[in-house]
Amino acid sequence: MSVIGADWEMVIGLEIHVRLDTNSKLFSGMKASYGASPNSQVSFLDAGLPGTLPVINQKALDYAIRFGLSVDADIPDVTVFARKNYFYPDLPKGYQISQMDDPIVGKGHLVITTEDGEKTIEITRAHLEEDAGKSIHDKYDQFSAIDLNRAGTPLIEVVSEPQMSNAKEAVAYMREIYTRVTHLGICDGNLQEGSFRCDANVSVRRAGETELGTRAEIKNLNSFRFIEKAINHEARRQVQILESGGTVTQETRLYDADKDQTRSMRSKENANDYRYFPDPDQLPIRITAEMISAQKSRMPEFPDAKVRRFVAELGLKKDDAELIAHDQAMAAFFESSQQASQAKADLNAKFLLGEFSALLNVQGAVIADSRILPEAYAGLLDAMADGTISRKVAKQVLDEMWGTGQSAAQVIKDQGLGQISDASALTGLIKKLLEDNPDQVASYRGGNEKMFNFFVGQIMKQTKGQANPVQTKQLLEEFLNE
Amino acid sequence: MINLSIRQMADMLTTKQISVQELNGVYHDRARQFNDRTNALISVYEELCAREVMQAQDLLGKAAHPLAGIPLIHKDLFCTRGQTTTCGSNMLEHFIPPYDATVVSRLSAAGMITHGKANMDEFAMGSSNEHSAYGPVANPWDLSRVPGGSSGGSAAAVAARMTPVATGTDTGGSIRQPAALCGITGIKPSYGRVSRYGMVAFASSLDQGGVLAPAADDCGLVLSAMSGHDPLDSTSARRPGWAWQKPESADLTGVKVGVIQDWVDGLQDEAIKQLTLQAIETLKAQGASLIDIHLPHADLAVSAYYVLAPAECSSNLSRFDGVRFGHQTAQAQNLEDLYRRSRSEGFGEEVKRRIMIGTWALSSGYYDAYYLKAQKIRRLISDDFRQAFDQCHVLACPVSPELAFKHGEKADGVSMYQADQFTIPASLAGLPCLSMPIGHAAGLPVGLQLIGRYYDEQSILAVADQYQQLTRHHLQVPEAFL
Repeated sequence: MSVIGADWEMVIGLEIHVRLDTNSKLFSGMKASYGASPNSQVSFLDAGLPGTLPVINQKALDYAIRFGLSVDADIPDVTVFARKNYFYPDLPKGYQISQMDDPIVGKGHLVITTEDGEKTIEITRAHLEEDAGKSIHDKYDQFSAIDLNRAGTPLIEVVSEPQMSNAKEAVAYMREIYTRVTHLGICDGNLQEGSFRCDANVSVRRAGETELGTRAEIKNLNSFRFIEKAINHEARRQVQILESGGTVTQETRLYDADKDQTRSMRSKENANDYRYFPDPDQLPIRITAEMISAQKSRMPEFPDAKVRRFVAELGLKKDDAELIAHDQAMAAFFESSQQASQAKADLNAKFLLGEFSALLNVQGAVIADSRILPEAYAGLLDAMADGTISRKVAKQVLDEMWGTGQSAAQVIKDQGLGQISDASALTGLIKKLLEDNPDQVASYRGGNEKMFNFFVGQIMKQTKGQANPVQTKQLLEEFLNE
Repeated sequence: MINLSIRQMADMLTTKQISVQELNGVYHDRARQFNDRTNALISVYEELCAREVMQAQDLLGKAAHPLAGIPLIHKDLFCTRGQTTTCGSNMLEHFIPPYDATVVSRLSAAGMITHGKANMDEFAMGSSNEHSAYGPVANPWDLSRVPGGSSGGSAAAVAARMTPVATGTDTGGSIRQPAALCGITGIKPSYGRVSRYGMVAFASSLDQGGVLAPAADDCGLVLSAMSGHDPLDSTSARRPGWAWQKPESADLTGVKVGVIQDWVDGLQDEAIKQLTLQAIETLKAQGASLIDIHLPHADLAVSAYYVLAPAECSSNLSRFDGVRFGHQTAQAQNLEDLYRRSRSEGFGEEVKRRIMIGTWALSSGYYDAYYLKAQKIRRLISDDFRQAFDQCHVLACPVSPELAFKHGEKADGVSMYQADQFTIPASLAGLPCLSMPIGHAAGLPVGLQLIGRYYDEQSILAVADQYQQLTRHHLQVPEAFL
């Protein structure tokens, strides 16, 4: 078989469904939380009762606008809801309220980074729509069960141009969108609960061709790992078909993660004619400049910008900056502690990624609910920075702070962990050490510089680590070289 | 007693010349007595709602409440909590809504007392009230003839004085045409004036709730109470409320009445033409100045309407699928069979015809040619009216090109569609319009239509009331129902 990349190229476009983290549904005031007992969150409208009417959830509009702004998209003056008509038992009204001609988010773009560098991916549009209910076919013998809790919950569907040319780019794009919607605070990002899922349109063509091949759509991918495997598998399947002289059918396929293969769900011939038309139950919605500026003011700093700032303004190493900036909670913690502290940002970053993260790991906690608040942690950083304690002792103090809730200063005072920075005390110890070890002194003075560390170690041992290492080294050098 | 206006009844109730029970007892008896002959009501409440009676007495005890204690019939597509709401269909034979339509709750809050639900063409589709699963309605002026439709039950009930007032709905003429054929006054307000919440939808962009009663003054009082913005209906207008003000004199000096002369000239029925011209002459004699108006695109209205209304209905009626409520077939083999049989058994011929037309008009490949073109015509017609209203305050024109016809005379639904030619244009433009009685031809009532500027119900009701101050056509009651 020929090689994708050399003989064949892939063309991938993604439709990503983002569940908006609003309190209530898109058109009814009913709660939209996940995991409630079946059919316990269903309003008359959600059940499709005759006479009920949709009323737009303003928050969902705001969230969609916020997303649009985050990908530099055009936000139109007027947006229109449309009905997508089809029959299914988990679709109570017999139509889904979605958008067709005038989506709330127009053309936008974002930049993805892969091993091959940066690439701009254009976003065709993003529209608001209500989710359907859930059909459960495997619970009862004779019946299918319907749970309408999900019916009417708000989604935005983000449609990309077919501009990704391998699965890695698709994953990078999906991650970038994921980062945006979670940083924007409009999606809880829970992949298992289906808060973020994706349909991938995949086609292949011979290298160098410009016409698009026939595409297949792989439905409902909700993991970054599966999407990569599913796309690669699907592309291989299409190449195999084309190379053996066949033609690819335009169809919808499902990915089976267990078998690592896709299978046909329905072909284009069997596709529904959805008979889209503007929803006559709602007037066109005017998007005002105020609505847009309100969302602009809520635009957070995204990780890529944060990394640049951490490096340029705070002097972090790029790797450290990346690690912190991509974890929203950690970045917030880092920034608040840095503001409250005199310590260098680099020390903060190193300690946060090292000792602090290790502690969280041991405690099975996440930084968002750390028992040590950024301000208390800043106190610990200051104690390190001004030489009161060493980094090694700081780890010990940190553990104590976690356990007791005490401040760093309190722990250091109670346990007598303050560093010996008193020159006279250290001088005494060093003099005594050199007297007691004349052979080692001679060896060092004879040119064995490694011996220096022996003396440092001995002082640390004698002071149980409380000697100020910098000062110790300075004094040792003075005495040994005199 | 049966020819008292609402104001007169309210006066008697306030001055305790009659009790709420006595007044309602009269109409309760008449409703039961005459329903065999007219079949105007699908349900006649056995007992009056004690809560409503108490509410009325409470209100009467306080201040002036013009509607407290006044009997009322609702068209059977207004959802009434705990009371069957059939929409004239087998599909909803046993449907008991868990909520009240906004119209119902507002009139109930105003102290009106509901006596039952009126017959109608199934899902408000029809102009003769022959398309009801609960049998045809007889016109009280000639029981062998139709009362018009789709609010035929409401119109017949008022004409036979089984109730002093009834609610109706009008999509393309469903209040005005039966009001004309039954010799009473009926008003369809501006689109957005009355909440559609709880009104089972036929064509959402056209449907409006309204009132049928003997006199314009009665209509004005009830319409004021049921109108106003409703947060549950996104299409209800966010405009200040309105209270009907009855003109003090019959003087029409300064009022410019636009006469749609080519509609009058085109009337085939000479008697209707003569009565129409006479009524217009009366307005002139009262001081109105007459202006000749031409609506260039109005002859396209029927064609556009019979694309748009069925398109919306095909989608609105999708929820009746036999899954959650409404008729469910007893013998489904599988899901598709469940849909097919439940809908085939539940819907009548006219409803099926319109669902088919609408589905076809929205289907891929036809949408632009039909639905979009019809929308364009709709805008052109609105523009025609806008220009007309630059020259006049109200428009006067015929309601129906013919008198009430015999049951079964028009076997084919499509030939009935032309009966709506004079009522549809104002519906497409969303304008307020009414029909008022202007005399009898061959013993059958004839109406005149008045159309107003958007949101100017006051003007058309005022002109009608001023006409009625000088005439007695609206007070005629068929002999058999005296």
